[in-house]
Amino acid sequence: MDPIEVRLRLTWPGFSLELDERLPGRGVTALFGPSGCGKTTLLRCIAGLERAPQGRLAFQGEVWQDAGTWVPTHRRPLGYVFQEPSLFPHLTVLGNLRFGQRRSPAPGGTAAPSGLDQAVELLGIGPLLERRPERLSGGERQRVGIARALAVNPRILLMDEPLAALDHQRKQEILPYLERLHERLSIPVLYISHAPDEVARLADHLVVLEAGRVLASGPLQETLARLDLPIRLGEDAGVVLEGRVAERDQRWHLLRVDCAGASLWVRDTGVAIGRQVRVRILARDVSVTLTQAQGSSIVNTLPARVAALGEDSHPALALVRLQAGAATVLARVTHRSADLLGLAPGLAVWIQIKAVALL
Amino acid sequence: MPLTDADLQALWLTIRLAATVTLILFVIGTPIAWWLARTRSGWKGAIGAAVALPLVLPPSVIGFYLLITMGPNGPLGQLTQALGLGLLPFTFWGLVVASLFYSMPFMVQPLQNAFESMGTRPLEVAATLRASPLDAFFSVALPLAAPGFLTAGILTFAHTVGEFGVVLMIGGNIPGVTRVASVQIYDHVEAMEYGDAHRLAAVMLVFSFLVLLAVYSARPNRPKG
Repeated sequence: MDPIEVRLRLTWPGFSLELDERLPGRGVTALFGPSGCGKTTLLRCIAGLERAPQGRLAFQGEVWQDAGTWVPTHRRPLGYVFQEPSLFPHLTVLGNLRFGQRRSPAPGGTAAPSGLDQAVELLGIGPLLERRPERLSGGERQRVGIARALAVNPRILLMDEPLAALDHQRKQEILPYLERLHERLSIPVLYISHAPDEVARLADHLVVLEAGRVLASGPLQETLARLDLPIRLGEDAGVVLEGRVAERDQRWHLLRVDCAGASLWVRDTGVAIGRQVRVRILARDVSVTLTQAQGSSIVNTLPARVAALGEDSHPALALVRLQAGAATVLARVTHRSADLLGLAPGLAVWIQIKAVALL
Repeated sequence: MPLTDADLQALWLTIRLAATVTLILFVIGTPIAWWLARTRSGWKGAIGAAVALPLVLPPSVIGFYLLITMGPNGPLGQLTQALGLGLLPFTFWGLVVASLFYSMPFMVQPLQNAFESMGTRPLEVAATLRASPLDAFFSVALPLAAPGFLTAGILTFAHTVGEFGVVLMIGGNIPGVTRVASVQIYDHVEAMEYGDAHRLAAVMLVFSFLVLLAVYSARPNRPKG
């Protein structure tokens, strides 16, 4: 899939946005950053809801904006999910879904309402179709909002913090649906968030924005493992690994997850064997030993090789990038320990992982 | 005692006038209200003030200027003569034109409020769902502003029914052509026919109350904030 070219320059009083990026044409790209960093403005520019005076936007070879070109929002083949569901109050749920579907060409030219049916199924809103928006809960509304955006058979889905307006419980209710979208959708998704857990769970590609500029951009796992610019998703540096549930230990209520050669035990959350899952390992939970520790309470102990060392947020601390099989892990150690152990690129060590969070 | 034929004729004329004006103002007032609600132009203040002028001007002032404008030497009068329509003052259509100006704020302001209170979000949503701006106006903005349209229509109709000064300046007092109910009441009073005046006045009073009752009860009681 061709990438999405975004080159924008926009200046408002007290705010500017300037970027020149090629976003991947597949998977979920998270636009991550604090509020006011320009995430929403960027997404609105891509949708054509905002017009940057200078810029070029090209989606899979189609130019949406250029010096002499401007494709209005309603002619861009996109789906947009707003932070508040913004359902039309004068229509039922089905009326909301059909609004866009009726106005968009079905793929293949037939009248097959495939996008709509698939959206209803994916978001589990079949029982709600005849209801009015005011009779839905916040979580249900946002599911309808997402389904409505998908019902137009978009070629790209733009989501502006779809969970931000929901409380924790509603978020947990919707996240599984978003993970299903992630598994099943073939179109690229641009997903704005300032919530680390959403990014860790959903993103394939990460773009970190700060004050209208791109701080870092790249595949999620690589970007999180960078030492020159430790990207903190939330409070701490750490990596996200992708793996498969390989084994269930009934007696101790543990699951074994295979992540690119590294085998990790996590608490059993009831996930089925064979499922694709993600785990998150924070740098502060990883320690390094030269020999395999005996008599330790720590369950996850892996052989690894030091890949690189970098500075951390405090002069006493170092971040170590380690390679365990094909999995990259960050560890936080003091400079003194690093010196004592003689940590250097290429050194074979053991890592102890105190906590692995199954996402 | 029932209303006289002249009274009924005046009432019927009043209803025809008010209905015509309301219908025409829906067509003229909607785009003006939309523009006022959406524009960032510097003209917004001036146009808004011009639309609201009839709220504060004495009807005789409006009537006077309209009489001049529609008269044989006025620009509108020259236009209507050139088109072979003759002159508008002292005709039914002269009353209609005058009432359009006079009742304009009662149409535009409720509509403008309705459009402003819905914000831009529903239209943005419509655009992301492939609706062109015109399509979005008809399929989203109009239905969402429906209560505003109801209020605007009722107020415009009622206000046109209640006008007197402008009618007298522009229309005079021609039975079946320009003698509306308010003028008929004035005539009764001038002729010391207080009984007749009472009956017609009572009809107007009850009508006006019912109209306002409809407007105020149709408005949902939204909690503040």
